[in-house]
Amino acid sequence: MPPLLTYTLRQGDRALVLAQRLLETITHAPEIEEDMALSNLALDLIGQARALYTYAGEIDEPFEGPDGTTNHDEDHYAYWREQHEFCNPLLVEQPGEGFAQVIARQFLHDAYALPYWQAMTSSTDTTLAALAAKSVKETAYHLRHGRSWVVRLGDGTSESHDRMQSAVDHLWRFTGELFEHDEVEDQLIVVGIAADPTEIQATWLATVTDTLHEATLALPDDGVMQTGGRSGRHTESFSRLIGELQVLARAHPGASW
Amino acid sequence: MSSKADWPLWEVFVRAKRGVSHVHAGTVHAPDAELALQNARDLFTRRSEGISLWVVKSNDITASDPDDRDALFDPADDKTFRHPTDFELPDEVANM
Amino acid sequence: MAADSDALQARFDRLIDADERIEPRDWMPDEYRKTLVRQIAQHAHSEIIGMQPEGNWLTRAPSLRRKAILTAKVQDEAGHGLYLYGAAETLGTPREELLDRLHTGRQKYSSIFNYPTLTWADVGAIGWLVDGAAIMNQVPLCRCSFGPYARAMIRICKEESFHQRQGFQIMLTLAKGTPEQKTLAQDALDRWWWPSIMMFGPPDAESVHGDQNMRWGIKRFGNDELRQKFIDATVPQADLLGLVIPDPDMYLDEESGHYVHGTIDWDHFWDVVKGDGPCNRERLATRVGAHDDGTWVREAATAYADKQAQRAAEAAA
Ligand SMILES: [Fe+2]
Ligand SMILES: [Fe+2]
Repeated sequence: MPPLLTYTLRQGDRALVLAQRLLETITHAPEIEEDMALSNLALDLIGQARALYTYAGEIDEPFEGPDGTTNHDEDHYAYWREQHEFCNPLLVEQPGEGFAQVIARQFLHDAYALPYWQAMTSSTDTTLAALAAKSVKETAYHLRHGRSWVVRLGDGTSESHDRMQSAVDHLWRFTGELFEHDEVEDQLIVVGIAADPTEIQATWLATVTDTLHEATLALPDDGVMQTGGRSGRHTESFSRLIGELQVLARAHPGASW
Repeated sequence: MSSKADWPLWEVFVRAKRGVSHVHAGTVHAPDAELALQNARDLFTRRSEGISLWVVKSNDITASDPDDRDALFDPADDKTFRHPTDFELPDEVANM
Repeated sequence: MAADSDALQARFDRLIDADERIEPRDWMPDEYRKTLVRQIAQHAHSEIIGMQPEGNWLTRAPSLRRKAILTAKVQDEAGHGLYLYGAAETLGTPREELLDRLHTGRQKYSSIFNYPTLTWADVGAIGWLVDGAAIMNQVPLCRCSFGPYARAMIRICKEESFHQRQGFQIMLTLAKGTPEQKTLAQDALDRWWWPSIMMFGPPDAESVHGDQNMRWGIKRFGNDELRQKFIDATVPQADLLGLVIPDPDMYLDEESGHYVHGTIDWDHFWDVVKGDGPCNRERLATRVGAHDDGTWVREAATAYADKQAQRAAEAAA
């Protein structure tokens, strides 16, 4: 698989899997206003995934369809790959058990995604750079929303403080993976297509440190980091997530919707 | 009935585009001004209805009493000369 | 005092007769206020509970485009609920009180949301039929005598036409799709047709508050009239889809140009209203669960806002 395709799919999967997790919480939010806010995040992420998958289709081998040679469409990557072919970071697939975890997952992700997309606006790949310009605006808002909730809950009541702390502690071991890079990525970094994750890490850590401090929360110790998402080795609940995502589409092969 | 879990009410004003005033759009509930702004954005500008928002706590609004309406607003009714339509001009004056 | 309230009543009546809007701080008869609070709140509850049947398919939508559309639609319904709670609150009853009435079963929501969404086609049928029927009911409310309600309805109606269109388009795609898809579409129509036409409420002859609400400009058309309008608009759409309305007794009355429907099972309707529909318990339990699970979050946010205010006061001192 060409490195650019792998790379584009990784970003698409990150957006789609996080959106899917957010959609699970709609109608269960602590206030109706928050149902709307979480829907907005999901909508933006679905939009990012669609754009990335569409681009993947242009990079990927075309296939022989009933109407001749065609590119794979966005739904091909969402609905017709196997779970081990998804290469999102493990953080975004973690189930959000309770609002504190939903917020912690979102915040830890968005504190990464914003500098990531900012760096990508100067990618030498014009498609990715254009997509980044749009995603920066969306993600800046996501981060503002998540950050304000981390602070509110951290510095709210003692109950909310404890819940927020344990959510951050719980998800911390999935944050190291965000900054890994392998040969696929290194090839693209050299030619200026991909952002260098080591540069993003410093910004991420500054945002997280600053936010947790304001929230009166403790920065967890680094400890052992979990990894495997980008090579398709996921966590236990992932199979159910993908099963649910794909169940209907796969029950009707060839159908259009 | 009101408890710590109930958020106060905020009035939301939206500026639809440059050159027009903020107009009252409705209300949101929020614990603080920051979340009031975010909630207002999600509720009232989902279809690009605005470029600027104001939120103000409903409790901080002082409203005129409808029963004072006659005293407050009727005196303006007989000052029709404040309206341009009160002045008839010869047809030759095309635009004024 | 009596003369005073007579004068107020007279002014209220004059405004109503002139088809002017009543605004929140105007004097209004207690019954008018009560009726509006109940009607607007139940309408708001319906929007919020109405997120659930469709929300059930968010994670399983069969394409990313459909997933995005459905997310936007469910989000709109949350927005409609908020517009309406806001309108009800202008009458002096806070949202938490209205939600409490919902959560304790003292106020109802539309019975249509007590039916399950068993297949993806139900998402199409809801958009086409349920949003379609809701639009029929809601358009006249844009001229409701109570200003905040009318304004909320104008906003809502603008957003609703997207809802109905996306639903009809789902049905169209299924009806023109594979034989399995067409079967799903017909099955959804079979299950949603009767509940949809019940959404207009019992026949006017049995309806309790009808006349007073007409007088007050809260209601503009009778239940039967709106139901007929909906049926007349919908039957040709079903034909277009190549689907069959599950009413073997229905016929077109050439003289009046109206479709005459078969007997509606009002006993079933009342069972659902009274709590014995297929999903009443689940819908309410989900709503109450979200509210209860969220208590610590809402409390924390208030506590934080209080601390911030305190800090600002100290800094200023
Ligand atoms: Fe609605
Ligand atoms: Fe709707």
